[in-house]
Amino acid sequence: MNSSPLGLTLAIAVAWLALGALGLIAPRRLRFVAHVLFPLGAVLAAALAVVALGAIAAPPHVYVAPLGLPDLPFHFRMDALSAFFLLLLGAVAAGVSVFAAGYIRPGEGTAPGLQCLWYHLFLASMAFVLVADDAYGFMVAWESMAVSSFFLVTSDHRQAEIRRAGYLYLLIAHVGAISILLCFGVLQGGTNDYTFGAMRAVKLAPFWATVAFLLALAGFGAKAGILPLHVWLPEAHPAAPSPVSALMSAVMLKTAIYGLLRVTFDLLHTQIWWWGVVALAVGLATAIFGVVFSAVQNDMKRLLAYSSIENIGFIVVGFGLTVTFAAYGMSALAALALTATLYHCLNHAYFKSLLFLATGSVLHATRERALGKLGGLIHRMPWVAWLALVGALATAGLPPLNGFVSEWLLLQAFLFTPDLPDGYLNMLVPVAAAAIALAAALSAYVMVKFYGVVFLGQPREEKLAEAHDPGIAERIGLVWLAAGCVALGILPVQVIRLIDFVSGPLVGKTLSEATARSHWMFLAPIDPQRASYSPLLFVVGLVVVTLAAWFAVRRFYHGRVRRAPPWDCGFPLLNARMQDTAEGFGQPVRVVFDPFFRVERELPTPADAAPRYGVKVEDPLWYWLYLPIARVVERLTGFVTVLQRGRISVYLMYSFATLLVLLFLVR
Amino acid sequence: MSFSWSGAAAQLTELVLAILLAPLLLGWVNQCRAWLQNKGGPGVLRPYLMLRRLFAKDAIVAHGASPLFRVVPYVLFGAMSMAAAIVPTLGTDLPYAPAADAIALVGILALARVAIALAAMDIGTAFGSLGARREMMVGFLAEPALLMVLFTASLISQTTSLATTVETLSSRELAIYPSLAFAGVAFTMVSLAENARIPIDNPATHLELTMIHEAMILEYSGRHLALVEWAASLKLFVYSCIGIALFFPFGIAQGGDATGLLLALPALVLKLAIGGFLLALIETLSAKLRIFRAPEFLGTAFILAVLALLLHAFLETP
Amino acid sequence: MTALLTPALVGQIINVFAAVLLLVSFAMLAQRRILSLIDLFAAQGFVLCLSTAFVAWATGQTHLYWSAGLTFVLKVLLLPWILHRLIRRLNVKWDVETLINIPTTMLVGLVLVIFAFNLAQPVSELAGTVTRGTLGIALAAVLLAFLMMITRSKAVPQVIGFLAMENGLFFAATAATYGMPMVVELGIALDVLVGVIILGVFFFQIRERFDSLDIRHLEKLKEE
Repeated sequence: MNSSPLGLTLAIAVAWLALGALGLIAPRRLRFVAHVLFPLGAVLAAALAVVALGAIAAPPHVYVAPLGLPDLPFHFRMDALSAFFLLLLGAVAAGVSVFAAGYIRPGEGTAPGLQCLWYHLFLASMAFVLVADDAYGFMVAWESMAVSSFFLVTSDHRQAEIRRAGYLYLLIAHVGAISILLCFGVLQGGTNDYTFGAMRAVKLAPFWATVAFLLALAGFGAKAGILPLHVWLPEAHPAAPSPVSALMSAVMLKTAIYGLLRVTFDLLHTQIWWWGVVALAVGLATAIFGVVFSAVQNDMKRLLAYSSIENIGFIVVGFGLTVTFAAYGMSALAALALTATLYHCLNHAYFKSLLFLATGSVLHATRERALGKLGGLIHRMPWVAWLALVGALATAGLPPLNGFVSEWLLLQAFLFTPDLPDGYLNMLVPVAAAAIALAAALSAYVMVKFYGVVFLGQPREEKLAEAHDPGIAERIGLVWLAAGCVALGILPVQVIRLIDFVSGPLVGKTLSEATARSHWMFLAPIDPQRASYSPLLFVVGLVVVTLAAWFAVRRFYHGRVRRAPPWDCGFPLLNARMQDTAEGFGQPVRVVFDPFFRVERELPTPADAAPRYGVKVEDPLWYWLYLPIARVVERLTGFVTVLQRGRISVYLMYSFATLLVLLFLVR
Repeated sequence: MSFSWSGAAAQLTELVLAILLAPLLLGWVNQCRAWLQNKGGPGVLRPYLMLRRLFAKDAIVAHGASPLFRVVPYVLFGAMSMAAAIVPTLGTDLPYAPAADAIALVGILALARVAIALAAMDIGTAFGSLGARREMMVGFLAEPALLMVLFTASLISQTTSLATTVETLSSRELAIYPSLAFAGVAFTMVSLAENARIPIDNPATHLELTMIHEAMILEYSGRHLALVEWAASLKLFVYSCIGIALFFPFGIAQGGDATGLLLALPALVLKLAIGGFLLALIETLSAKLRIFRAPEFLGTAFILAVLALLLHAFLETP
Repeated sequence: MTALLTPALVGQIINVFAAVLLLVSFAMLAQRRILSLIDLFAAQGFVLCLSTAFVAWATGQTHLYWSAGLTFVLKVLLLPWILHRLIRRLNVKWDVETLINIPTTMLVGLVLVIFAFNLAQPVSELAGTVTRGTLGIALAAVLLAFLMMITRSKAVPQVIGFLAMENGLFFAATAATYGMPMVVELGIALDVLVGVIILGVFFFQIRERFDSLDIRHLEKLKEE
C-alpha cells in the first residue's frame, strides 16, 4: 500500500489486528499484554489521529482491496467526514488504551490476552467502518464491531446479569443491522451495484428516499441508542469493563452518527424537511428521557450510560436541525447546525470517556459500583478526583470547558429558526430550544449528584479508607483526556476550521467565511455583531479576578484557618450515613418528573418484624414496548416448534421432501 | 470588535462600581423590608459592616473539608464579578462584551451554582447535601426560564450580545413589545427564585430544614463567608441590572463618552432603588412556598418565558 | 392628540392589551385559590373594558363606549359580587383541587396556545382591521378557559371558566371586527346572567344532595 492517508489508516488497522493476534498467542501473560501490547495499541491510535488530521484537508482518496466477494471487492475511501471520525477514534483510543494498559488485570473472567484480541479487533473494525466505501465491506466491519464488542461486554461472563446484558445488546445490534442492510438495499436503487460511489449517482424518488432515511434512522439509531431502541445501553455499558465502556460510549455510538450523516448527506442526493422534524422530535425525547433517568440512578456506570443517551439525543437534535435547514436551502445555517453536531460528537467522546475511566479507577480501588457505598474519595484518590472534576464540569456544559461550546453553537443555531418559512416550524422549534435548555440544566444536576456523592463528603463505608490512586499508566490516560476537554473548550475556532472541511462537501457551505473575518480568539460563527464568545478571554478574566480577590484578601487581612467539627445542630451522633444517598439526591427529579417513571415501592406494614422500605425506578418502555413484543414473538415461535418432533425419521423425511420438490421444480 | 482605551477604562469603572455598590443594594432591600414591617431596620450600610467584621475573623474549616471547599468562595466571587462585567450597567461600550454573550452569562451563573453546590456537598453533613439538592432543583427550572427570557430579547434585537441588545432596545422609537411583558413577569419570578428570596427561600431564616441557599453556606465562616455573601449580593445586583437593561434601558449611555456615563449613574441608582423597594414589597406581600410548590412556581415562569417567545413569533414578526 | 396615534402604535397598544388578557387567562389556569380566581376574573373584565374603550377612541366608533360601560358594570362589578356572595353562602373551601396537576395543565395550555396561533394566522392575514393580530390570542383565551372548565373538580371555578370563555369571545369581537351589533351584545349579556343564576340554583341543589360541591360526586348518579 502506498503512503497516502488511506493507506496508512489501513496499515494501522491491520497492525491492530496483528496486536490482537499476538494477544491470542499468549493469553495469560499479563506483563506482555499490559506493558507491550496495549501501549503499542495506544501509539498506533495516536498515529491514526495524526494521519486523520492531515487527511481532513486533503481531497478524497479511493482504494480497492483484493479481498472480498468475487464481483464486489472491498472498496475503501477516505474523505473529510471519515477523516474527522477517524481523528475522534484515534485521539480517544490513545488515551483509553494507555489507561487500559494499567487497568487490565487477571481474574476478571477473561484472560488478558483474549481481552487484548477483542479490544484491538474492536478498534480495527471501527476504523474499517469509517473508511468502508461499499455496502458489503461496511456490513462486514459493522458486524465484527458488534461481535467483538459483545465479547468485550461479556468479559466477566461468570455473572448472570452480565451475560443477560450482552445478549440484549447483541439482539438489538442485529435488529439495527437488519435495518441498515435493508437501507442499503433501497439505496442501490435497482442498479445492483453496492458500492457507495454507485449509490451516490442514483437519484431515488422521494418515497424511496424517505424509506431509506427512515431505515437508516432506525438502524443507526439502534446502535446510537435513541428512544425507543435504547434499552441495551444502560445494561451493556455498566456490564463491560470500564475502558470498554469508555470506548463504546465515546466512539462506537459516534460510528452510528457517522453512518447517519453518510447516508443522509452523501448517499441521498436531497433531503426533505420533515425528516429533520422527525429527527428533532426523536432527539428531544431521547435527550429529556436520558437525563431524567440518569438523575434517579444509584449505580455510577448506569448514571453515565443514561447520560450518554442524553448526549446522543443532543447530537440527533443537531442532526435534525441540519437536515431541516438543508432541505430549505439555508446552507449557512445548515453548516452552523452541522458544526454544532460534529463538535458535540467530539466533546462527548472526550468527557464521557474521561468519566468512565474515572469510574473504572474508583471501581478497582474500592470494589464498589453502587453510589450508596462511596464518598469522600477526593482525599484518598486526588488525581482521579480532580481529573474527574474536569470531566463532570464539561459534561454539565459549563464554560469555559468543551461541553459549553457545542451547547452554545446549538443554541445559536436554534436562534435562527424563526427564519424558517413554515409557520408551524418557526413556532415549534423555539419551544424545542426550551426543552434543550431544560435538558442541559438537568445534566448539571446529574453531575453534581455524581461528583458530590462519589468524591465529596465523607466515606460511607469503612473499607474506603484503603482506596488509593491508580498507577502511572492510568493517570496518563486520564490526563490526556482531561487536557483534550480543556483544549477543545479554549480553542474552538481552530477546531471549527477543521470541521469546516467536513461541512463543506456535505451541506455546501462552511462557517469559514465568517470565522476568517473575525479574530482567532473569538468564536463568532455568523457575525461578530450577532454573537461572539471567547473562551480564552473568559478564562483569563475569571482567573485574574479570582487571583486578585485572593491576593487582596491575603494582603489586607490574613490567611489564618482553624479546624473544627462541622455544624451538627445539637445532635452529637452525626455519622457518614446521614449524608444524602444517591436516591435522596435524585428525589426532587423523581417527584417533579413523576409521569416518566415506573416506580415500584416496597412499603412496610405495622405488623412487620423487620420493616423495609425500598424504591425501584424502572424504565416504562421496557414494560410497554419490549415485553409485549417478546411475548408476541414467543407465541409466534410456538407455532414453529410444531416442526420439531425429535425423531430422526421425521427430519429425514423433511430433507427427502425438499429434495423431491427441488427436483420437480428444476426438471 | 472595536477596542478603545476609554472603553476599557469605562468597563473597569463599571466593574469596580458594581462590586462596591452591590452590598448597598442588599442593605437597601433589607431596610425597605424592615420599614414595610413597621420596624426600625438595620441601616442601609449594615452589609458593609458585616463584611468588615467577617474578613477580620479567622476562617473555621470543618475537619473533612477538601481544598475544593476553600477555593470555591474565590471562584464564586470571580464568576459573579465576571457576570457584572458582561451586563451593561452604565454604558454599552464594553470591550469585554465580545468575550461572553447572553448564553455565556447564563453559563457563568450555572458555573457559580454548581461550584457552591459542590462545596456544600464537600463537608458531608445532611444539611449541606440538603441545600445542594434543593439549590440544584431550583436551578434546573430557573436556568432554562432565564435563557428563554434572554432569547426573547435576542430575537427582538437579532443578537445575543447584551450590549447590542440594550442599544437596540433603547434606541427604537416608542415600540411596545407584549412579548417583553410576558418575559418581564417570567424574569421577576426567576430572579426571586435564584436570589433566594421569598416566596422560594427566606434569606433571614434560621431553621435549617427550611433553608435552600443558607444551608449550602452553613459551614463557611470568616473571610470565606464574607466572599460568599458578597458574591450573593453581587448576584442580586447582576439580576437587577439584567432586568433594567432588558426592560427599562432608558438612561444607559450609548457608546463610551464620559458625560453619558456620568448621567447614567444617577439613573442607575434611581432605578435600582425603585427596583429594590418593589422587591421588598413583593417579599412582604408573599408567603414562602412549600418546597415542592417551588417547581410549580418555576414551571409557571418557564412556560411564561416560552409563551413570550411564541408571542414574539406570532405578533411581532411580519 | 389622535394625530399622534399612528396605526402602528394603535396596533401595538391593542397587542399589549391582548398580551395582558392572555397573561390573566394563564394566571387563572395556574391559580389554586378561589378568591384569587374571582379577582383575576374581575381583572380580566377590566382589561376588556379598557381595550374596548381604547378601540372606541382610536377608531371613533362611539357605540363601543356603551359596550365598554356595560362590560365594566357587569363583569367588573356585578358578576364578581354575585360570585363572592355565592361563595360565602356555600361556605366553599379556599383551595381548588385540580384533576391533573398544575404543571401538566400549563403544558397542555401551551400546546393549545400554539394551536390557536397557527389556526388564526391565515385568517388574520385576510382581516382588514388594525387589530387583526389579536384574533389568535382571543381564540387562545377561549381555549384556555375551556381547559380550565375541564380540569377543575369543584363547580365554582367551572362557572368562572364559562364566563372567561365569554370574555375571550367578546375580545375577539371587539378587536377583530370592531364590535357586534348592540342587540347581539345585550342578548349575550342577558344569556350569561341567566346562566349564572341557574347555575347558582344548581349549586345549592348539588350541595344539598351530596354535602359537597365536588363534581366527582355527580358520577354516583350514573346507572350501575
